[in-house]
Amino acid sequence: MESAQLLIILATAIASATPLVFACIGETITERAGVINLSAEGTVMLCAMVGFVAAKTADNVWLGFVAAAIVGALIALVVAYGAITLKQSQIAIGFVLALLCSDLSAYLGNPYVRIPGPTVPPRFPIPILQDIPLIGPLFFREGDILVYAGYVLIAVTWFYFYRTRGGLTLRAIGEQPAAAFARGHNVIALRYIYTLIGGALMGIAGAAFSLDFKAGWSYRHTAGYGWIALAIVIFGGWNPLRAALGAYLFGMLQSLASVAQSAIPDVPTQVFTVAPFVLMILVLVLTSGDWLDRLLSYLPVNARRSLSRALRTAPPAALGRPFEQD
Amino acid sequence: MDSTAAPQTMTAPARIAGLPPAFYRVGAFVISLILVALIILISGASPVTVIGSMVSGAFGNADQIGRVIATLSPLLLCAAGLVYTFNAGLYNLGVEGQITFGAIAATWVLRLLYPEGATASLLPPPLAIALAVVVGGVGGVLWGLLAGALHVYGRISEIFAGLGLNFAATGIAIYLIFGPWKRPGVASLSGTQPFDESLWLGTFGKTEATPVALALGLIALIVTIVVMRNTYFGLRLRAVGRNLRAAYVLGVPARRQLLSAFFICGLFAGIAGALQVVGVFHRLIPNISSNLGFLGLLVVMLVNFDPLWILPVAFFFSALNVGSLQLPLSLGLESSLSGVIQGLLVLFALLGRGLAQKYGRKPEG
Repeated sequence: MESAQLLIILATAIASATPLVFACIGETITERAGVINLSAEGTVMLCAMVGFVAAKTADNVWLGFVAAAIVGALIALVVAYGAITLKQSQIAIGFVLALLCSDLSAYLGNPYVRIPGPTVPPRFPIPILQDIPLIGPLFFREGDILVYAGYVLIAVTWFYFYRTRGGLTLRAIGEQPAAAFARGHNVIALRYIYTLIGGALMGIAGAAFSLDFKAGWSYRHTAGYGWIALAIVIFGGWNPLRAALGAYLFGMLQSLASVAQSAIPDVPTQVFTVAPFVLMILVLVLTSGDWLDRLLSYLPVNARRSLSRALRTAPPAALGRPFEQD
Repeated sequence: MDSTAAPQTMTAPARIAGLPPAFYRVGAFVISLILVALIILISGASPVTVIGSMVSGAFGNADQIGRVIATLSPLLLCAAGLVYTFNAGLYNLGVEGQITFGAIAATWVLRLLYPEGATASLLPPPLAIALAVVVGGVGGVLWGLLAGALHVYGRISEIFAGLGLNFAATGIAIYLIFGPWKRPGVASLSGTQPFDESLWLGTFGKTEATPVALALGLIALIVTIVVMRNTYFGLRLRAVGRNLRAAYVLGVPARRQLLSAFFICGLFAGIAGALQVVGVFHRLIPNISSNLGFLGLLVVMLVNFDPLWILPVAFFFSALNVGSLQLPLSLGLESSLSGVIQGLLVLFALLGRGLAQKYGRKPEG
């Protein structure tokens, strides 16, 4: 394969992973604050429908994104209320919402199936950046404004997490909520806020599908993407940079599958649409869990330490646990 | 949102003034019904007409009642199996894949015994069907234990191990349907070549309901009720679910207990998958599980993991599923409304439970 062709495939993969980047960063923020929003599958799907319908009704793409973000935050509010205030199982509430919102999108979105609607304005390359060798064609030629928004989101989230006081507090309420509370932080209010922000980002991810990267609406339009976003957050070790990397990796797996499809005509095409999901979970299985520690234990001590710091991914210590203030 | 008040003042007064816990549960139930009505109104239909259409769609004639029972049977099996995993503290989202792999295994054995066109074989049809159900159960066990091993030995969340295996099972089914097991002529989403009618499970009259499937579902449920209420095994399972570490310290073989929960759930789900093949579809289709596994999870969550209440809830949910199939024909609405109703009922049951615990009057006074 020619290198120019490869560059185009990779650039497409990076661009098409943009909705997942939004969803993964949203879930990473939520989980870093100690809350699991397992509703991602339903949130992304319902918001894809709402975003499409709102944009079509108002004839304005950006209003679609606003509506999707609001609905995403509202679903997150239900998760937050059930999990933080009522201290019920976050998994149970999130899972029920995942199914409920998927079905709701199918039921209410029925009149909008396969009709034309507004899409994000045409792609435009950034003048100077696109001429940088390799990086230009990979990141700045293919992309539209959402792709760039994705880059900004990754950078801003990383900076906020690791270079600001607010980010330090965010990580503290997910790791040691009692300590954060003792230092005067309102753990419950902050968890609400970050869960809502995360939900809004997942909502935007849905609208990014229906208004740009998978334009339009159909029955179960974004099936599977919410579940894979949840898996990528774990693969990314709750780090926004690595989560984004995971999203791009998944995009590449999908491109690879479409390339392999033409290369291996014996295997039915439908297999290649499922394969990336299976592979991604396989990668997750291989990188998390005990195997890695066991493998690392065969290495010399000094190599082991730096490698395990680079590879090991521990969840936030208080993830999924309600905070008892008294 | 504004929970800036001092921690002590947040909960204490509410408890004193609390209403009986039942008030919150009933209140949450009523709100879920109002929301269902609202959603129907948003879709431009009248709730009364829609409910009427669903009732007649589920119980209008013998065919429809038969379809409700045909949905109920595998749902009972899945729900019964999920009682074990839930009580062990596991969210076995992999149940869908366990159904699918059971169906694949059952189809495999039937294709082996009766290759396309063959009408006679080593085993007469009734025995072949029985063997297919057993092999389906074994397939479900394999898929369940795989998720269990990943969870117990690999320390991977059972949720993601299960979801991954769901994708994998669907992938295998699709590969077989479009690849090695494709219909002579064109491969299509409608599934593999249907089996000869001699390999179909007998039904009640001309309906889709099969007595064998219903009997297996009821047996699984009764066994589960007895095991959870009256055996040491059920007690240990609950102990592991309540507090894994404490149970282990007190001498409960926790790993074995968790794996047996996956084993039993996989077995029941695999049998359900096999029954979908021999009793309902008579072939392998891509969505052979028909989302019954996820529906089973909802049922068991709604009854708060107590198997005694599974039968009425599962029957109601099956009726919703079948009744909603009428909606596209009679009112031009999407049949997903059943899922919306089921989801809202379970969501508000969970929220109502939480409200009752937080604000409800405590029994002692």
